[in-house]
Amino acid sequence: MNATTTSTATTATKPGFDRQGTAGDSARLDAALSSFVSDFSVTVGLHLEACVHCGLCAQACHFHMATGDPRYTPIYKLEPFRRAYQRQASPFAPLVRALGLVKAPTIDDLQQWQELIYDACTMCGRCTIACPMGIDIAELIRDARHGMFKAGLIPDRLALMDRTARQWGSPATPAEDLPDILAETAAEHGVAIPCDLPQADVLVTAAPAELGEHTAALAAAAKIMNHLGLRWTLHQGGFDASNIGFNNGDLELQEQLTRALIDTALKIGAHTVLLPECGHAYGAARWDAARWYGKALPVRVIHMTEFLDEQIAAGRLQVDPIGETATFHDPCQIVRRGGLEAAARRVLAALGFELIELEAHGITGLCCGGGGGVVSNQRAAPLRHKVFAIKQQQIDATGAQHFVTSCGQCRITFEMGARHAGWTKPTESLLELVADRLRVAPQPAAIAQKA
Amino acid sequence: MDLLDVVRGPLLGFALLVFVLGTLWRLIAILRLPRRPDLSPPREGAPSLAWGALRAIVRGLWPRRGFGPSAAVITFNGYVFHIGLALVVFGYAPHIAFIQRLTGLHWPALPDAVLALAAGASIVSLLMALWMRRTDPVRRLISDADDYVSWTVVFLPLITGMAVISESSASLPMHGEVLARGPLALHLLSVELLLIWFPFGKLMHALLFAFSRGATGMRFSHRGVDA
Repeated sequence: MNATTTSTATTATKPGFDRQGTAGDSARLDAALSSFVSDFSVTVGLHLEACVHCGLCAQACHFHMATGDPRYTPIYKLEPFRRAYQRQASPFAPLVRALGLVKAPTIDDLQQWQELIYDACTMCGRCTIACPMGIDIAELIRDARHGMFKAGLIPDRLALMDRTARQWGSPATPAEDLPDILAETAAEHGVAIPCDLPQADVLVTAAPAELGEHTAALAAAAKIMNHLGLRWTLHQGGFDASNIGFNNGDLELQEQLTRALIDTALKIGAHTVLLPECGHAYGAARWDAARWYGKALPVRVIHMTEFLDEQIAAGRLQVDPIGETATFHDPCQIVRRGGLEAAARRVLAALGFELIELEAHGITGLCCGGGGGVVSNQRAAPLRHKVFAIKQQQIDATGAQHFVTSCGQCRITFEMGARHAGWTKPTESLLELVADRLRVAPQPAAIAQKA
Repeated sequence: MDLLDVVRGPLLGFALLVFVLGTLWRLIAILRLPRRPDLSPPREGAPSLAWGALRAIVRGLWPRRGFGPSAAVITFNGYVFHIGLALVVFGYAPHIAFIQRLTGLHWPALPDAVLALAAGASIVSLLMALWMRRTDPVRRLISDADDYVSWTVVFLPLITGMAVISESSASLPMHGEVLARGPLALHLLSVELLLIWFPFGKLMHALLFAFSRGATGMRFSHRGVDA
């Protein structure tokens, strides 16, 4: 465990950046650089070397679009990381160092870049799509965050959530409270929610919001699982899939939270881990989890959207069509970086929606503005609200009756933005819509009575 | 032995040596960095990684919609420059003769009028690129010395090349002798400067674009992202 990140004292030393722990500047810088170097893989090298400084990534970034601030140019957010690469791992690194061709990153640089890396980047990857060189800037930002975390240079709010999640297994609630939360949710929504079953086929997981303000989504998942007659459970051993370590750059926590899910699934004999409507959960568990095991996972990890799509396609779930117009926000980690663009639209079609696409949708859709931990980072709120205004304008322009998405974090971001802007359009959950419109086959007794 | 003999002889050899060895060194050094294999199971029905890479390389040849008019201008200007340069380098009779001397390969030349247009368009687009780099706040911020050195070493061969042209290209191979030895020496010198700089700066994107796009293409196709 890193000493700089586990100190009890967390104080803001200067507006614009926070520091955790008591380590000196030199130790912080060393920690960051050492982490950067450990992330310099062949893909990182190719991507850092291929940039032609065309600036097209700026046109893709919602933070730049909303403010016009050139510092929010995605590739510029990587400047300390790039300079470290040039000096430490690039093909001509000895020459670069000897001739002083590239300035070494300093602690001041890291501190100044904290805002660009955490407040002004959601790792949505829209810049990746825009880049003519195909540079995956979002992934490079994740790597840069690893170093920033090691240096104890992340926003305090995210550091607080990090410490909470290390202790509780979730930034939302301690594991021992899970049975009570589930019991209350079950009673409130009139649906059975199994907890801690010793054996189950499907381990259902939650996002932090579903354990608080979005319990309806948890109840909706339970309703569908029960309807399908599956042997499923939530479990104290691994219940929160959101993975704050993935966002913060805390690899140790990311591994801890990942192992909690996968090991719990293995313990109860589950063949599937069902992820909630959460984007970063999908990124962390579907695409990253195997790295901790050194091989493909022995369980299937599946997002709620693709689960609904599969069940509807197989005829196991039938829904009564709503028959109105809807527009859909594509959550970045699920669609642009997750490949579930078509799945969400098939579910919307099953709900009988006439889909009116946003001006920017699918893999070029605009981020909600709250991904990558930005939604939790309260000091980024003014910037986030500016980004929200672009999205709000695009949603309003569709004139659609419903605004739907499949990520709880996006919903929270939109709800916060709406409150700030006085916007009244609700953000609806794809999962909850399916659960609400679930067509329940007549029970045998009812059929006999009718006959 | 005058300047032309030097730049055509030992200097050309040196420039080509730096170009080849430097390019190989840079590519190999990057490709020897640690690999992080993606152990997650691919999306059901995902194409092979090779197909994903190839698709991304080809898909990147044309721009995407939805990134604003400024992006369209940058992209269009880039196209004009690259196409113009390719026509001049590979379509001008003396260049073909030069390549033939080095490699034995040759092909028919393009008409002079086309080449004049291509060279003119390339020069204008390069000037546009420089102007945008200096005036646009984003590009000014992210530009470094490499950008300006690379711009210069590409601009110089175009300008010195224009200075060499004094007669129809069709007549040049016939008399076999160089009329403007000084200007031609300068042109060749500028080309050699470009060759020497190539492995060290961003001109390497001429090769790296394929690797970079391919890496992201593999990542995305593995995930079933239709990018």
